[in-house]
Amino acid sequence: MDYTLLFVQVLNGVQLGLLLFLVASGLTLVFGILDFVNLAHGSIYMVGAFIGASLTFYLGNFLLAVLIALPITGLVGYAIERLVARNLYDKDHLDHVLGTFGLILVLNTSAHLIWGPEGIAVPLPAWLDGQVELFEGAVIPTYRLLIIATGLGVAAGLFWLVNYTRLGMLIRAGASNRTMVSALGIDIQSLFALVFALGAMLAGLAGMLISPITEASIGMGGQIIITTFVVIIVGGIGSMKGAFIAAILIGLIDTLGRAFLGDLFELVMNADAAQTAAPAVSAMMIYILMAAVLAVRPQGLFPPKVR
Amino acid sequence: MKKLIGAALAATMLTSLAHAAEVKIGFVTTLTTGAAVIGKDQQNAVNLAMKHMGNKMGNLDVNLIFADDGFKPETGKQATDKLVKQDDVDFVAGYIWSNVLLASRKSALDAGKFLISANAGPGPVAGKLCNENFFSASWQNDQTPMAMGEVLNQNGVKSLYIIAPNYAAGKGMVAGVKATFKGEILGTDMTKWPSQLDFSAELAKAKASGADGLFIFYPGKAGGAFMKQYQQAGLKDSLPLYTVFTVDALSLPKFQAANFTDVLGSQFTQQWDPTLDNEQNKRFVADFRAEYGSYPSFYAAQAYDSMFLIKSAVEAVNGDLTDMDGMRAAMKSASYPSVRGEYTYGNNHMPIQNFYLREVVVGPDGNWTTKVVKTVFEAHQDSYAKDCPLK
Repeated sequence: MDYTLLFVQVLNGVQLGLLLFLVASGLTLVFGILDFVNLAHGSIYMVGAFIGASLTFYLGNFLLAVLIALPITGLVGYAIERLVARNLYDKDHLDHVLGTFGLILVLNTSAHLIWGPEGIAVPLPAWLDGQVELFEGAVIPTYRLLIIATGLGVAAGLFWLVNYTRLGMLIRAGASNRTMVSALGIDIQSLFALVFALGAMLAGLAGMLISPITEASIGMGGQIIITTFVVIIVGGIGSMKGAFIAAILIGLIDTLGRAFLGDLFELVMNADAAQTAAPAVSAMMIYILMAAVLAVRPQGLFPPKVR
Repeated sequence: MKKLIGAALAATMLTSLAHAAEVKIGFVTTLTTGAAVIGKDQQNAVNLAMKHMGNKMGNLDVNLIFADDGFKPETGKQATDKLVKQDDVDFVAGYIWSNVLLASRKSALDAGKFLISANAGPGPVAGKLCNENFFSASWQNDQTPMAMGEVLNQNGVKSLYIIAPNYAAGKGMVAGVKATFKGEILGTDMTKWPSQLDFSAELAKAKASGADGLFIFYPGKAGGAFMKQYQQAGLKDSLPLYTVFTVDALSLPKFQAANFTDVLGSQFTQQWDPTLDNEQNKRFVADFRAEYGSYPSFYAAQAYDSMFLIKSAVEAVNGDLTDMDGMRAAMKSASYPSVRGEYTYGNNHMPIQNFYLREVVVGPDGNWTTKVVKTVFEAHQDSYAKDCPLK
């Protein structure tokens, strides 16, 4: 067993998990607190990536672009809440799905019209474009470490926000009994709009962070939203802690499956069969995990206490 | 007098009928999703071909219908069904993706239509599933990586790691490079297609394998993603990269905009290059650049060729579209002016053609483009031809 390789792959898995967490945290907030199924959450991730990419070229500085793109993405989320989501809160989940599916088409086509079909490759500043040798043989791209640091920072910030601030208290209260909260004189509509905008910013941040690795492209939201739903179902809908643990778990399972499943299969079958079977099975593994969690604990691993 | 008028009327009607005579061509490509950038390039090339032909093939007007495959086999098949059943086209052309072509071929061929691939060339279509009405205006999938395998041998690469997407074309590419590469293969990773765009796990494995070289095949946006992650991982010196269909005229402007200089000097194999010296190619590249402001991609070059291949068939039978045998014989002779220069068809209607080593360079006007380094294969035939029962 090559432990250096294992260590590098675990870091890769954690990094993927943290990106998933950024998207999942917003989705789980909106789903858990507003009881709103937002399929278009992935499209906000795409919009964030495109805005970040455009600003990177305009300003010539990736980090500055991210800082400015974040509030803009929040505003996009706020607008979506006011124009689309708010009218759907009282309807049932099927209406949410239909409405937000329409939103996906609108946002994808808008991106196609504004930015063209080709996508945008985002350049990194030189100091982020290199590698760091953590110890002998374990060389990690600097940028991946930045993603890990950002993801952990945001997770800590969210934990503090939800558990130790007045806003977080209101969010939790609104989730358990929204009528009572509004009876106490809290403007629940503004609160929900704020939560929605916060979720949009988190998804947008994930999109901005991934675009220097892949690129800002149309349809990138569709690829992540399914995995994100798996994350919040495994973690327990509405639970920030659940989203965090499930995201890391799924990031690790996906990465380690891709990395080592082929070698494991070769122990029991010939190389050609292993090569064909391994990618198919590793693509299935997170769904197998979800099915197992749903069978044993349908409410997810860490369901919020209030529900 | 009445008779005369009647005759005159009949004559006018006949001529107007003759004027209405047209050849219907359906072109299936990707017009939505991020891969629409490839489809748009093909669409531009087809429209340029129409302009060069004056929208006529022989004495027939061309009625061109574009259809979107949505980057999905099932959507591509539906689009093909619609073209052959509802629109009743005479030719179905296009097809970027091997899995889309494999899903769609039966719809077109069972309806007795000619099917012209402007890109995809999966092994089965060249071998056991070959058909007298199928023609490729591109290549068989394995050929380009076979040429790359030969380049690896010439460069003295002793061991290789392979990463490719897990679908029909990816498997063909891997089979191709394995067929000609004489060294040792230290590992092969097949990744989920088209959703996987993060290759950190695979790159870490490739690096740990200690191979002399890394071979990849990632068309479209996955290619750009891979190239960036390869640079970010800092592998340029320790693990040289060899690609097919990954760097193209669609990704180079993006790389240039992002000042991604690692891609300069990278080499890959192909049957065509914008600098190939023949009249058809010079006109194509110059007019494409004038019209659309960018270099054409190989996808565009093949789409352009496919229209001239169809034109040669229509002209050979003087516009009599019922003469399938005549049109087939005309296409089989590959007597049209191709932008890749002259080539011939094998028994399976796959091109027997040259393959070149291309290199990314800064063009004379400052734009990043490619040039030909050398000819790797001359008149190369694919290895599936022997499985094809056609003569």
